[in-house]
Amino acid sequence: MKKKLLLPMLAVPLALAACGGNGGETRTLTVFNYSEYMDPEVIEMFTEETGIEIKYEEALTPEDMYTKYKAGGISYDLLCTSDYMLNRLISEGEAQEVDFSSFEYGGNIGQRYWDFAAEYDPGNKYTLPYFWGTVGILYDTTKVHGPIDSWEVLFNGEYAGDIIMQNSVMDSYIVALKYLGYSINTTDRDEIQAAQDLLISQKPDVAAYLVDEARDEVVAGNAAMAVVYSGEAYLGREYNPNLDYVIPKEGTEIWLDSWMVTKNCKDTDAAKQFLDFLCREDVAAMNFEYIYYSTPNEAVLESLSDEERSDPALAPDPDATDNCEVCIQNDAATTELLNELWKELRAN
Amino acid sequence: MDRNRRRQLLALPYVAWSILFTLIPLFVILRYAMVDKEGHFTVSYIFAFLSSVNAKAFLISLEIAVICTVICVLLAYPLVMVVRRLKISRMSFMLFFLIMPMWMNFILRMLALQMILSSNGILNMLLGFLGFPPLQIANTNTAVIIGVVYDYLPFMMLPIFNTISDIGEDVLEAARDLGAGPFTVFRRVILPMSLPGLKSGITIVFVPSMTSFVIADILGGGKIQLIGNIIEQEFTRSSNWNLGSGLSVSLMLFMLISMTFTIKDEILTKRPAEEISEEEKAEPRVVGDGVSRRTVL
Repeated sequence: MKKKLLLPMLAVPLALAACGGNGGETRTLTVFNYSEYMDPEVIEMFTEETGIEIKYEEALTPEDMYTKYKAGGISYDLLCTSDYMLNRLISEGEAQEVDFSSFEYGGNIGQRYWDFAAEYDPGNKYTLPYFWGTVGILYDTTKVHGPIDSWEVLFNGEYAGDIIMQNSVMDSYIVALKYLGYSINTTDRDEIQAAQDLLISQKPDVAAYLVDEARDEVVAGNAAMAVVYSGEAYLGREYNPNLDYVIPKEGTEIWLDSWMVTKNCKDTDAAKQFLDFLCREDVAAMNFEYIYYSTPNEAVLESLSDEERSDPALAPDPDATDNCEVCIQNDAATTELLNELWKELRAN
Repeated sequence: MDRNRRRQLLALPYVAWSILFTLIPLFVILRYAMVDKEGHFTVSYIFAFLSSVNAKAFLISLEIAVICTVICVLLAYPLVMVVRRLKISRMSFMLFFLIMPMWMNFILRMLALQMILSSNGILNMLLGFLGFPPLQIANTNTAVIIGVVYDYLPFMMLPIFNTISDIGEDVLEAARDLGAGPFTVFRRVILPMSLPGLKSGITIVFVPSMTSFVIADILGGGKIQLIGNIIEQEFTRSSNWNLGSGLSVSLMLFMLISMTFTIKDEILTKRPAEEISEEEKAEPRVVGDGVSRRTVL
């Protein structure tokens, strides 16, 4: 009796799953992206123009994405994630080679950004730059004295209790490593330990470790400065004109989010069509206006006003990013060490 | 017999539910906790809570959970004593009023608290307006405790209210007739008879406040690391599911052990309640069971 009941119960989800798959005539792509990282209208437009259905999935962090991707519950065709995570996925053989020179609109992506991407994708064989930016200091000009141009202000005690740091492993250590003059991609245990000591001694001065709220706290006047992503800084100034953003002179991290086609993707033509579509000027402009991070699309950059184009939060000029590095660190032992140290720092 | 069979069928959804969402996940977690990344058997993850960083987080979680539970008890009893004397219509209104915040999204409530407590927040604005110096509550243990108490107080109050409202007025009258003052009535009649409600209240408040991590993240400004935060980090950032599962298992064992103590306590403390009722010949004796006929939700 019980067995009879169980069988249909099991069969229903299976049947549903079969319908959801690639059955029928419509071509579908499963796209995995960060949340709020694409104008929903872009997806509709693509389906209207090509007839290819997009199944859109979102995640919050690269680690989250990696975990879900590896779990294999959903077979993703296209993935947009961050530099070091792409480095990891490429080295694990998860990416498919794509000939970007065959793209109709691939030329819109500036050479500078292909060079950034080459740090983790030599020869630009696997990834297509999507958005990029820097990590810097967003500060309230009414609350600081003297120029803010160095990471030093976070560590010299001058603004004790008025500092917001990022509540994320890498974004905390890159600040300390850069201030100490080390590479953000270091695997040297002594250098990492020095960064840890610096962050521990800084902890009493830190008001809070936040992620999305970091910007809001400065906007609301609860803190004088915060370590934030450049895109957040740009949006922060929309709310509070007294804010300013600086890329510290010691250099910082350049983060670059790019697209890759996964090895599971069967319909690579559709995937390429989608990526090419994202490079098209009107589409890239739509996404830019939706997200307001720095775009690698030069056709879009040229259409910006002079004010926007000279904004370090939106379009930092090449001089400002001279000392900067792309984060490609994916050494397992170092990652584990950083995670352990981060727990220790938070427990301290 | 046929009837019995059909009745048993009613349990099927529950059985399926428990297998899918209790037993299978429990086994998956246990398995992860007992193997290392290569799949070899190990108990090191289950004992990982002894390492200094994890032990510290464990102790802070325990401290916060105990403080919050005690505060909830201290707040719930006076509140219940006041509410139970009200007329039915007013009583329902008061209970509705106390439960209403629970209808609001949890994250929203925590973000609102954050706004109130932050250094330029509403609380400090009011204090400044009244001429008091500002308080630094945001991003401290105090803020986390306020958040947990705010969130869980209804869960402490309702079971206590249910048991206390089941105590017949005649029982209390009998106690008063025999010369007990209000304090003695509370101490020797109401308190012992409300113990089942208190017990379920403590369980519902203590366990989640020990394992919560979102409140610590939002109100603690990321500076307070509870065991829940570490488990979350192991799963989402460090991709170390084995360690995360190991810590979860040790946390579950800890809960199990502390809950058996509470149950034992109840057996021990039931005696005085019986003594009283026999002494004072109060009848009928109504002892609520935590889940009462006057369920409010």
